[in-house]
Amino acid sequence: MSSPANSFDEKARGEFAQLGKTRIHRGELLRHPVYTRFLHWSVAIFFILSLLTGFAIYSPWLFRWIAPLCGGGARTRALHPWFSLVFLVFFFFQFINWVAPMAWTAADRRWLGRLKQYATNEDRLEAEEVGFFNGGQKLYFLAIVLSGVLFLITGLLMWFDNVVGRWVVAVSYVVHDLAALLMLAGLIIHIYEGTAHQPGTFRSVIDGTVTEKWAWTHHPAWYRAVTGRDPRQAYERERRRQVERERVIESWEREQDEREKLNK
Amino acid sequence: MSNPQTFQIQEISAHPGPVPGEGTRREEEVCKYIDVTTCIGCKACEVACVEWNDHPFRETTFDDTYQTMPSTEWNYWNLIKFAEDERDGNLMWLMRKDQCMHCEDPGCLRACPADGAIIKYENGIVDFQQDNCIGCGYCISGCPFDIPKFNEKTKKVYKCTLCSDRVGQGLEPACIKACPTGCLHFGTKSEMVQIAGLRAKQLREVSGFANAGVYDPSSIKGTHVIYTLHDINTPERYGLPKNPVIPPSYTYWKWTAKPIGLLMAGLGLLAVFFHRVSVGPKLPQPEPPTIETGPREEIEAGRKETP
Repeated sequence: MSSPANSFDEKARGEFAQLGKTRIHRGELLRHPVYTRFLHWSVAIFFILSLLTGFAIYSPWLFRWIAPLCGGGARTRALHPWFSLVFLVFFFFQFINWVAPMAWTAADRRWLGRLKQYATNEDRLEAEEVGFFNGGQKLYFLAIVLSGVLFLITGLLMWFDNVVGRWVVAVSYVVHDLAALLMLAGLIIHIYEGTAHQPGTFRSVIDGTVTEKWAWTHHPAWYRAVTGRDPRQAYERERRRQVERERVIESWEREQDEREKLNK
Repeated sequence: MSNPQTFQIQEISAHPGPVPGEGTRREEEVCKYIDVTTCIGCKACEVACVEWNDHPFRETTFDDTYQTMPSTEWNYWNLIKFAEDERDGNLMWLMRKDQCMHCEDPGCLRACPADGAIIKYENGIVDFQQDNCIGCGYCISGCPFDIPKFNEKTKKVYKCTLCSDRVGQGLEPACIKACPTGCLHFGTKSEMVQIAGLRAKQLREVSGFANAGVYDPSSIKGTHVIYTLHDINTPERYGLPKNPVIPPSYTYWKWTAKPIGLLMAGLGLLAVFFHRVSVGPKLPQPEPPTIETGPREEIEAGRKETP
């Protein structure tokens, strides 16, 4: 993945850039343009709607809580496949948009080897080879593609159960649930990583930008690709600047204190 | 005030003499018993069913048989199935009244995700409550007898109610009342099993059907509609499954594995929450330097903070 920035769905991105805009301030980088953000939230909204209506039917323990929220059981059942189809349509475009940068590489395999250090925050800086997406994000993408296909096939079989046998429906029922559980596990981690665990990430799907600090911390190879600068050197420079800044401020404060003492 | 007719009276105020019906025991489980060997295929039960349930006579498909239509429908709950079979080189016509079997362990009920859409009464009748039905059709897949049928217009599923409205009033189901040959019986489960057994014995010993027996499949803990068949070893000839089963999707998966999956999802939410609380965030680097927590540094830090 030499130049990931060139492999997105550039045509659609160009068109959407006319409709909306992204303000990039000094010290920030463009992470997700308007098109990607639009797709992300369209996918997210219809996924949540599918999840909610699906959850109502998933378990008798949820039916009485969730079905009323969706307008009753019959409406829940009627809406679920349509929400899901819209989700799949939007995800299809997101797939086109992201399929190139999501390609699996040897770097991602090595990333998986460091999963423990990643989860325990031991690696405060990601390995230099981590690009626009890390191995975990790619796995989540793969999980959505896989479960999306399973959802579609098994969902259609259950939807048009009058043309298939009862055992086909019974098997689809289980596979549909497995796909849902896989997707749900990914979703919990996805939302957690994108918000609480990694401050500074959520803005990338709202404003479209991230700070340079964020970029060289979490996606160093991408930082190198878009800025042309070395992520480790940039980090070192920032660290020195931070120390220097604190030193200057501290000495200024001491000076102030002494001046005040003299004035008294 | 409760309806005195629905309870067994034990004592009556100022009533001389014994209480009428005192000590009477009533078995609750009802059963329909169908003796296929005496069915003549007149279809009176089909008409009675359509009439009592106020169904219009629906369009049929003619498929070169004597059957009214290929299978039961959402508004045609009772159907005589005509199977052409052979016995000693001659044609043997097997006529079986097909309807809901009112299983003791109902696959439809196990599969249903909607609260209150399918209920089973203590008397064994399995009844659909269309008001609560969401039209998902899982019951169709859960049923070993292909009985529940979907109505495209109302988006609900329907099937034979064993005339629960009649039975609740102490009447026999409409089909029973219409049968001219007496091949249909209705009563308590134990009575019907007994009569069916006697008939099977008679068929074996007198009529030369060595394999005659009672169809009351134990794989679904028995049914509240039972048959005597000429040959109990091959119920498939009558269109009945030999070993009717509910798909494990609606038993083990739905009632054991799925709650575990749900629990795991809940634990997953807790896990990320406590991960954040205990392990902390991943801040963009460089973050402000952390305070070392050795004992000396703590004292140092404390000394600095107090003015």
